[in-house]
Amino acid sequence: MSHQLNDYVRAALFEYLLRLGDDKLILGHRLSEWCGHAPALEEDIALANIALDCVGQANAFLTFAAEVEDKGRNEDDLAYFRNEIQFKNLLLLEQPNKDFAHTITRQFFYSSFGIYFFQDLAKSKLEFLAGISSKAVKETSYHLRHCKEWMRRLGDGTEESHRRAQEAVNDLWRFTDELFFKNDIDELLIQENILPDTNSLREMWRTYAEEILTQATLQIPQNENMQTGGRKGIHTEHLGHLLAEMQIVARSYPNAKW
Amino acid sequence: MAEQIKVKSGWKIWEVFTQSKTGEPHIHAGNVHAPDAEMALQNARDVYSRRNEAVSLWVVPADQLIATSPSDSGPFFEPADDKIYRHPQFYKVPKGVRGF
Repeated sequence: MSHQLNDYVRAALFEYLLRLGDDKLILGHRLSEWCGHAPALEEDIALANIALDCVGQANAFLTFAAEVEDKGRNEDDLAYFRNEIQFKNLLLLEQPNKDFAHTITRQFFYSSFGIYFFQDLAKSKLEFLAGISSKAVKETSYHLRHCKEWMRRLGDGTEESHRRAQEAVNDLWRFTDELFFKNDIDELLIQENILPDTNSLREMWRTYAEEILTQATLQIPQNENMQTGGRKGIHTEHLGHLLAEMQIVARSYPNAKW
Repeated sequence: MAEQIKVKSGWKIWEVFTQSKTGEPHIHAGNVHAPDAEMALQNARDVYSRRNEAVSLWVVPADQLIATSPSDSGPFFEPADDKIYRHPQFYKVPKGVRGF
């Protein structure tokens, strides 16, 4: 169906799919860094499972993006041969793991948003986009269940776990505004009936996040300056390091097969 | 490192039972560490059911299972050995029911 799109819409859809794919790819890579290092074997497997779900979704979104772009690139080219400024992921997702509390808080902010977001996207008129999104809803609801339970336990746990969880919320809250980023690309795709209009997303997310944070006895920071940029390719210093590690094999041995 | 061991040692052991199809019995799959019941269920899902092995999971605190001990094996199980008449092996089984 992508060959029926006019050039404007095609370019917008490509950019939009990069956002979705890059979010999942970068988050998946961050989570994979825990492999072999998590606080318990069971949690190691849980985080690796979530990472694999994310990379699987990234693969689907980027494959679709490459097809929409129609310039002979494939999903691996998009993952391994783009530079920092060409990545459109949320700043939140490139933030380092730091400690378990940061990892869980990052996941909680993203998954609690993702569950509403992908439910909406699953209503897209683009069959392929709707399909990946409904799969993402299922996977995200498990990710959310896992990190939500951890938020409660870390926040309302020991003195140290509470302190670390509150620090993580304080550090990461400033990146949550970008979850709701919209520009002319979104407007165009909504007009074209490719994306559903999702205005109530922010309120739904905020209500839910507040509910869980309250249960976890954690405070939302007041008057925090919000930081954005990832959607425009302007990243924090952490993404470059992540990409260097993620891309080095593919760039050192182009066209290698394994 | 010491901190991680401390965290882990505070976790209980939970025995995990998986059911592969509706109607089948739950079968013991192994065990997991977890701080409480909900996390035990999630850990069990991640460790024992990530390749579609189960449609239902049970977790039971390991200390809540009442088990025989190795020294019980004589009195508990051996008396059955010399009562071969308890096994229905002296009957001819009609062909039609062999499949059971």
